[in-house]
Amino acid sequence: MSTPASVAGLQPESFAFTPENLATAEKIISRYPAERKASAVLPLLHLAQRQHDNWLPRVAMDYVADLLGMARIRVYEVATFYTMYNHKPVGKHLIEVCTTTPCWLRGSDEVLGACKRRLGIDVGETTADGKFTLVEVECAGACVNAPVVAIGEDYYEDLDGPAIVAVIDQLERGEIPTPGSQIGRRGACPATGPTTLTTKPGADDKAVSGGTDD
Amino acid sequence: MLRDEDRIYTNLYGFEGSDLKSARARGDWHGAKEIIQRGRDWIVSEVKDSGLRGRGGAGFSTGLKWSFMPKNVKGPVYLVVNGDEGEPGTCKDREILRHDPHKLVEGALYASVGIGATAAYIYVRGEFKREIQALERAVAEAYEAGLIGKNACGTDYSLDIYVHVGAGAYVCGEESALIESLEGKKGQPRSKPPFPAQVGLYSRPTTVNNVESIADVPAILRRGASWFSSIGRPKNHGSKIFCISGHVNTPCTVEESLGIPLRELIEKHAGGVRGGWDNLLAVIPGGSSTPMLPKDVCETVLMDYDGLSSVKSGLGSAGVIVMDKSTDLVRAIARLAKFYAHESCGQCTPCREGTPWMAKMMERIANGSARVEEIDMLLDVSKQIEGRTICALADAAAWPIQGLFRHFRPDVERRLMAARKTAA
Repeated sequence: MSTPASVAGLQPESFAFTPENLATAEKIISRYPAERKASAVLPLLHLAQRQHDNWLPRVAMDYVADLLGMARIRVYEVATFYTMYNHKPVGKHLIEVCTTTPCWLRGSDEVLGACKRRLGIDVGETTADGKFTLVEVECAGACVNAPVVAIGEDYYEDLDGPAIVAVIDQLERGEIPTPGSQIGRRGACPATGPTTLTTKPGADDKAVSGGTDD
Repeated sequence: MLRDEDRIYTNLYGFEGSDLKSARARGDWHGAKEIIQRGRDWIVSEVKDSGLRGRGGAGFSTGLKWSFMPKNVKGPVYLVVNGDEGEPGTCKDREILRHDPHKLVEGALYASVGIGATAAYIYVRGEFKREIQALERAVAEAYEAGLIGKNACGTDYSLDIYVHVGAGAYVCGEESALIESLEGKKGQPRSKPPFPAQVGLYSRPTTVNNVESIADVPAILRRGASWFSSIGRPKNHGSKIFCISGHVNTPCTVEESLGIPLRELIEKHAGGVRGGWDNLLAVIPGGSSTPMLPKDVCETVLMDYDGLSSVKSGLGSAGVIVMDKSTDLVRAIARLAKFYAHESCGQCTPCREGTPWMAKMMERIANGSARVEEIDMLLDVSKQIEGRTICALADAAAWPIQGLFRHFRPDVERRLMAARKTAA
């Protein structure tokens, strides 16, 4: 299998799960019928990627294939079909800017532009210090909180240019920015306060008929 | 307007906890044992009578779908819950997963009884990492409390529920692609028939339902089919979670009655159109694949399956994308065309070749380099793609483009002619 020269130099010689991740992997595999181990391929590739600085070298795909008794080519197929797997090294913080129409309508061009200027890189590039990689993603599924940027496990929402720069500044300083809405609203609630659910939740218990609590 | 006491999702915004204790305080899991003991047939007929239609986009009767599942089968039968939310404009399942996960777990239990499932998998898009953590915690709590697992809720019914994490592919929202993905393959849709009810996950009988459809079920079973069907309009029953994004003053997610007028939805909950109602240009009413509606249609249209299909659009997943007069509609649709080209799984030629072609044509029109005659060519190709593929992704790519030209063709033609003149 040919590997691009630029990436080939970075490909490690071997990969194996840490004992802790191997135990997690076994737990994941047990969720599926014994003869259907291949079902665990997506979660195991996620696990391998997390262990390996957020990218999947070929040896990691091979390792997962062997662990699940799958042909290696099948794992390569899967790993290249889904967009969440990175096939080359990425920065410590992967900045994923959603630019699909609902985010675009609310200013994702400004947010993406602010990221490029702040980091001094273009989409698909990594900063020289290896701290940040900038990518554009398709719909993140948080459209009422647009524009949205995903970083690590969190979404940063209701952004504009200065707000995303502030988030990046905090990451640069090693701080953890507060995730969620950057204009201080709660979840997907209207910014001016809820228009529904203004009576106390749980009131519908009265309408519940019969039965005992288990 | 839907009354607060009729709302299913009482923790939609996460003002309260998503844990079991908080969920129970909101009424979740109440009377679960009795509901299970009422049995499979009662559950299916109650859901059928409620009029619940699939909340993921297709709008097929949930109870009827369950009734297609074979009975007296030996061996495994599966429920698969589709939480691969990714239709641009749609972010409703996210709120259920992170703020009300127990409604989903409880609903999955009843649905499993209804279809005779031996195990349930909840497939959630991989990007929803915090939402997955909330759901996994709810599943663990339900096991711990004996609500699921062996002898669920103290009955003789046993059910394992597993959370499965996706990895970024919009097409996996299609039910047979989701099954392929769950089997550890590329998410490429299967030809039908056979339908999943006969040959589904691991070639076993399987029902795939949307997160919201399943999470609606406990309220229906507790409060009765007639309660649910009394909300909304005939054939369009119950409440629905709407997501209102784009050019509104306060974008939000809200549970409302099906059949609510679009204008009321926008003005009551989303603070109105930015710059006032008269500043409205168009609305994409049900997620990116549903054709846009111009302002005059938006004045009166009702937000449900039949209301929107009567104006040649659709309720889809109820993601309402509002666009004011500052919007370059061609750019807005060109971006969606790019989305579909990116998400095509590549299996069917009309979609693999057609979606990037349509995206390129939309880009030509957006940047003014296209000739007016190319609009007909584009529409012709969109018609050739539609209905000629295994799944509906290609249709979903064609419809927004058709919707744009159905309502705004003269504007786009004028724009192209002006661009020609400037170039000359």
